[in-house]
Amino acid sequence: MSEKFKARVWVLGDDIDTDIIIPTEYLALKTVEDMKPYAFSPLRPELAGQILPGDIIVAGKNFGCGSSREQAPEVIKALGIRCVVAGSFARIFFRNAINNGLLLIENADLHDAVKEGDEVEVEVGVKITAGGRDFPIPSLPDNLLEILNAGGLVKAMRRRNGLE
Amino acid sequence: MGMTIAEKIVARAAKVSETRAGEIHTVELDRLMSNDGTTHLTIDMYNKLKHPRIQDVSKLVWIVDHNIPSDSPKTAASQKKMRDFARANGITFYEGEGVCHQVMMENHVCPGELIFGADSHTCAYGALGAFGTGVGCTDYLYAMVTGTSWVMVPETLRFNLHGQLPEGVYARDLILTIIGKIGANGANYKAMEFGGEGLATLSMSDRISVCNLCVEAGAKTALMEVDETAMEFLRAHDREPKALFTADEDAEYAEVYDIDLTTVVPIVAKPHFVDNVVPATECAGTRIDEAFLGSCNNGRIEDLRVGASIIKGKKVHPLVRFLVVPASRSVMLQAMEEGLIDIFMEAGAIVMNPNCSVCWGSCQGVIGEGETLISTGTRNFKGRAGHRNSFVYLADAATVTASAIKGEITTADNL
Repeated sequence: MSEKFKARVWVLGDDIDTDIIIPTEYLALKTVEDMKPYAFSPLRPELAGQILPGDIIVAGKNFGCGSSREQAPEVIKALGIRCVVAGSFARIFFRNAINNGLLLIENADLHDAVKEGDEVEVEVGVKITAGGRDFPIPSLPDNLLEILNAGGLVKAMRRRNGLE
Repeated sequence: MGMTIAEKIVARAAKVSETRAGEIHTVELDRLMSNDGTTHLTIDMYNKLKHPRIQDVSKLVWIVDHNIPSDSPKTAASQKKMRDFARANGITFYEGEGVCHQVMMENHVCPGELIFGADSHTCAYGALGAFGTGVGCTDYLYAMVTGTSWVMVPETLRFNLHGQLPEGVYARDLILTIIGKIGANGANYKAMEFGGEGLATLSMSDRISVCNLCVEAGAKTALMEVDETAMEFLRAHDREPKALFTADEDAEYAEVYDIDLTTVVPIVAKPHFVDNVVPATECAGTRIDEAFLGSCNNGRIEDLRVGASIIKGKKVHPLVRFLVVPASRSVMLQAMEEGLIDIFMEAGAIVMNPNCSVCWGSCQGVIGEGETLISTGTRNFKGRAGHRNSFVYLADAATVTASAIKGEITTADNL
């Protein structure tokens, strides 16, 4: 039985890069909690303050392109974003997100079918339902699911080594 | 069925006879580079491990280049953490020696290696036939502790280069042209492999410039065949190949592109996307506040020679700051020996120590609200070089220098 949840949608465009997700000038802040207010600030300075835990982001293609800064998926997770749905993800961001236990879902059609504030239902690895329409979504390979379900790579290794 | 260079390198690292695009393999890594962008995070995670250990310390190279010299107590603290850890554990450590990828090319990268770098532009190492790929600090930590990681064997886009770049056109224009053609995610998850008889016309500096920027098309790695030019570079730096791989004639490619080098023109990538490219002449007249000649993409001696030849005897425009930042200490020493630093200083440029500078947008040279930068750096994302409402145009060394003189974007031949 796969995980199922309802969530409010924030809509972003194509090529949301890591400098938009968390600009360089805030990377020196001590913790990801400190960085939270500045997430997405080059594009929408007010957005970080509006996101509520449990919300999701729906974006276009190439989400997370740019630098290898792991603070990008970390800050999205810290904001309480349940998952990011995008047409495609840049590869370094993809690995970093999984390694931090942030769920990513690839779907090319949802972006054009939802507007900000819509409520959608996500059935992980099966489908997203929005406005009465079903959008099938892929399931992740087992090795990545193991990492994701543990809450990240380090936790997955701990679990595998019997340390938690 | 033959293999691509990427498939061969992954096969070597996975200790199997062959691999195919799409397969996931556990690989033994040859080298692990990390810089001050994220190493402090790696150390924090390492220190929380139950049984922290480094599988093979000789694989690790740590480089302080992003904020060197440090610009705040916060960056000083994160660099101190990195420096202390490196010393305590015997990790090869550089600071002030240059931008990490240039330092790696000068001192460490060998053909045939599989290298993780905690920096997206690690794909530069393909200029020497090494599979370099950018990872985050968690992947880096895992590799540091186990010596291994998993990779999905990438599909490969093959680029056959033909002819020679015209006078006044540079490798940077070539790669910006290619990124414009395939788009910012045109090579996502894929390898970009370069060959063809035109490759021989590119210098090592050109090749690094091309491979380095492939991540801006989303590429996992970039790879070039190792020829005499590459071997000569290796010999000059006292190194030998780990393994030499060429692509098989019947290798399977996701796409093959034929690129006529003779048709490439000076290019500008306009704000705020690297694939937003136009011929540089189309941006003529755009006022600029700052110009930057440097970075792992375009801060080598060849680039400084181009800039110096244009600005010699001229002056930087009075309303422009012109930042010149050699990519490494050896580049800077060579530039001093050739008198290039004198030329830049006499022209009114601000010459700085080797570092990432405004390309990374947190230390020297960041631009303010409403300002415009023309740059040989790697990215022009919104806010990348400073204020969120500022503008970055990417161009080659000649266009950047000419624009610094004129105060607006111009190609060198229109100066």
